[in-house]
This record gives sequence, C-alpha cells and structure tokens, in this order.
Amino acid sequence: MKTASTLENILASGELAVTSECGPPRGALPQKVREKAELLRGCVDGVNVTDNQTAMVRMSSLAACILLKQMGLNPILQMVTRDRNRLAMQSDILGAYSHGIDTMLCLSGDHPRFGDHAMAATVHDIDSVQMIRMVKDMRDEGLFQGGEKIDGPPKMFIGAAANPFADPFELRVSRLAKKVKAGVDFIQTQCIYNVDKFEKWLQGVRDRGLHQQVHILAGITPMKSVGMARYMKNKVPGMDVPDEVVKRMGGVPKDKQAEEGIKICLETIERLKGVEGVRGFHLMAIEWEQKVPEIVERAGLLPRPDGLNVGVQNVRGGKS
Amino acid sequence: MITAERKPIEELIQSVKPYRSILLAGCNECVTVCAAGGRKEVGVLASALKMHFLKAGKPFEIQEITLERQCDPEYVEQLASNLDQVDAVLSMACGCGVQEVARRFHNKPVFPALNTKFMGASERQGVWSERCQGCGDCVLGYTGGICPVARCSKQLFNGPCGGSSNGKCEVDPNVDCAWQLIWDRLKALGMTERYEENLPAKDWRPAGGAGPRRIIREDMAL
Repeated sequence: MKTASTLENILASGELAVTSECGPPRGALPQKVREKAELLRGCVDGVNVTDNQTAMVRMSSLAACILLKQMGLNPILQMVTRDRNRLAMQSDILGAYSHGIDTMLCLSGDHPRFGDHAMAATVHDIDSVQMIRMVKDMRDEGLFQGGEKIDGPPKMFIGAAANPFADPFELRVSRLAKKVKAGVDFIQTQCIYNVDKFEKWLQGVRDRGLHQQVHILAGITPMKSVGMARYMKNKVPGMDVPDEVVKRMGGVPKDKQAEEGIKICLETIERLKGVEGVRGFHLMAIEWEQKVPEIVERAGLLPRPDGLNVGVQNVRGGKS
Repeated sequence: MITAERKPIEELIQSVKPYRSILLAGCNECVTVCAAGGRKEVGVLASALKMHFLKAGKPFEIQEITLERQCDPEYVEQLASNLDQVDAVLSMACGCGVQEVARRFHNKPVFPALNTKFMGASERQGVWSERCQGCGDCVLGYTGGICPVARCSKQLFNGPCGGSSNGKCEVDPNVDCAWQLIWDRLKALGMTERYEENLPAKDWRPAGGAGPRRIIREDMAL
C-alpha cells in the first residue's frame, strides 16, 4: 500500500469501489456540508469535495473535507490548478494530510469564463499532469516541487479525471497514458451516457495495458429530466449525450422522468460492472445526493466493504 | 508584432480635456501595421478631437507627429523641439512607447491613446490573434510550432483538457483548441510519439516571475 487511503484499500482488494461527491455551499454554513455528506454515509467509499466547481466561489474544499473527516467519512480533496500556484497547492496538501485527508483528485478546473468571477485572473502555474507528478514526488520522494526535503511527507492516494468523450478522441488514451506516467493511482471519468464510445476508449486503454496501472472508476450522473439531458447535451463542454438518451427521457411523462434517469444510470452500471478495466463507479448526483443510497442499493453495490478490514485482509493475504 | 487597439474617444477626451495644446504622437512600427497608431490613425484621431473641442467651444491645439519608433530613445529625442509648445502628449504607440516618452520627458504628462493587447500575427485582413506571451523559454520545438502558453486557455503543457470539442476551445467556439492544432501538426510531421513525453512544470522566472526582465548584451553595450 502506498497510503492509508480507504479507497486504495478497497481497490487493492479487488472489490468494485464506489465514490460520490459533495459540492460545498456558497456560504460559510458548516451544517449545509454536514447535511449533504450525511446522505452519503455507508453507501460510498469516498466523497469528492469539489474545489470551486464551475468556477463559482464556494467554501474551500479543504475546509469542507475537514468537516467530512470529523464526521467519520472519507473525503477526497479535489484541487484545481486554476486558483492556486504550486506554493499554495503544496501547503494545502500538507494541511489536508495533517487532518488525515489521504486521498485527492488533481484537476485543471473549469475556466473562470463559466463562473461568476469571469474577471478573475487564472493561475495555471502547473497543469493537472504536472500536479500529479508533484503530489507523487511529495509522497514517494518526500520532496517539494522545488526540490527541498519535506519534514513529514503527505501520503496521498492520487486521483485524476479523464474525459473519454472530448476531442480529439484518438488522443484520449494517450492523455490517460501521460497521467499514468506522471504517477496517478485512480481515475474518475466524465459522466458516461455514450456507453459504446466509453467501451471503445476502454478497449484502447486495455490494448496498452493501462488498466493494470491505474484504477478506473466510471463516472455516472443520473438525469432528473429531459431538460437536464438537453442541457448536458448542448451546454456542458466535453459532454456526450446521445440523441437516444434525450429521446428516452422525453418519451416518459414529466413525473416519471427522474425514475427513467435513474433506470438509465442503473443500466449503465450493470453493463459496465463486468467490463475489464472498470474498477468501480463515481456517482455524481448533482444537487441530488439523496438519491445516491438508492442508486447504490439498486445497483447491487451494498453493503460497502469496510475499507480498513479489507485492507488488513489484503495485506495479511499478501504476507502469508 | 505588438498589437493594440485605440481607446474609446470618450476616454481620450477625458484624458486631454484639462489641456489647451497636446502633441499627438504616432509610431511607425507595430501599431502602424495593426492600424491602431500609425500616421493615418494619428490624422483620424486629431480630426476627431479637434472637432469635439470645436463643437464644445474650447480652444484646443493639436500637433501631429509620427516617430519611426517610440520605443527607441534615438527617435523619441525628436520630440524635444515640439514639447516646449504643448501641455501634454497623447501617445499612439504601444505601452513601451508611452513609457519611453514618459521616461525621456519626465515633467510632461503623457497619456496612452491605445490599449496594448498582445504579441500576435495577422490571421487575415483585419484579424490579429495572440501567438506569444514572451515566456522566455520557448517550447515551440516540442509542441509542433504551436504555443500552449499563449494559445491554450488553461496554459496546459500536457493538454488537451476535457473541453476540446470539434477542434475548438470550450472558452470560445471561435478559438482553436491549441492542443488539437499541436496534435494535428505532430501527426503531419510524423512526430506523434513526442506527445507522450510529459513536459515538466515550467520555471516561470524567465517569464517575468523574477521581476521585470532585461536583456544585457555585453558584446553590444557601449
């Protein structure tokens, strides 16, 4: 084991992992974080805490992660390169680890153009591939990015994102290979609606044996309505929602669309469960966290293993 | 070249309103090529200002001059004889020219008539786009001759991000995805294996991170 991360333990055991996310509030109320996070207790192995997602100011990911940690949950610290230079990132990583936060996700982040502070300067001191390398060197070499020694290195289990649906498609496996080369441990993908295209990407990943070097969690987002399906199709950059999916959502009465959206995501999970290279699922139920327990249960992914016990068994198994 | 656009006339009127006479100084280099501050634009702006102050009934004199280069002390010196007769200078050069005039004539107010934009190239008639941010450590040799610093909205050294769609950037559908361009070039050059060489975190000191930059050429210094 590289870290004490529950997610690492579960993935190493061979069990399918389940993660979800909790977007911090647009204010300083800790109760809002706790309420949202409480919905996820017992049904996921890790909770991504987003970092000013869609480039809107929110409670910091680090602060919200600490709140989750205090609740006994396993937060996954998301960190984007948009808002911080390498000094700020590294100090936040040290701070996070000092609070027992041992899993993180390295991202470039949505461009400020999409948020409510379009006038802000972007940082982009390093990119997400370089951030993965930085966090890996902090962990494995005990070195800051600048080359000096760390007194008590943070042992982070390192995640990143992959979007199999963005262009150019032929580059998407290579881009993953770059992240693997940089030292990423797990990947959470963009929301999958075009399952055929996802499987085609995964075939490319397997052809290069990348699935044996990184744990891939398939990104799943249930749609609440045909309106949301259309919005995701037309407005969200890098999202691939096939016409059939929009049609299917629109083909049922309005009050049945939420259930139809959940059915679609359950079918996707079922189809991908046995596929080689899929090591779990990342459920992004956007402002719909209350549905996560139901989805995990109906997908047959409950009960969740106890991360610690799984890890201990695995380590013991390895020794004997 | 350095590209620029003229400021709105209202802003320029506000700048020069307190004075009775100004020197309007153009530049014959980059800002002439991008049609923002050359001889022709000096003439057009002088007419517009004169007309405004004539209508307003305010006495206002404008001298016009266009220097060969406003970023070069040798040419800026040519303003010395004109400056005694005016209250202020309105410079139609880029920010480098404005500052050179201010440095040479430190007790004469100087106002910029242009907004200096970027180092770019002419895409087609009337369209210029950014190509270089002067980051001081050129990577074009690794990226197929297309700059990720100046042309990727997230300055990714290992792009493209997940927002590249049909060759365009998520930030603006009129902007090409730099990494799509890089990939297309690497393919055309038969150098696709270069893509998977991870580019390390950039040292931003040569890009200005170590403070204002200078070039000192000992072999040329007098």
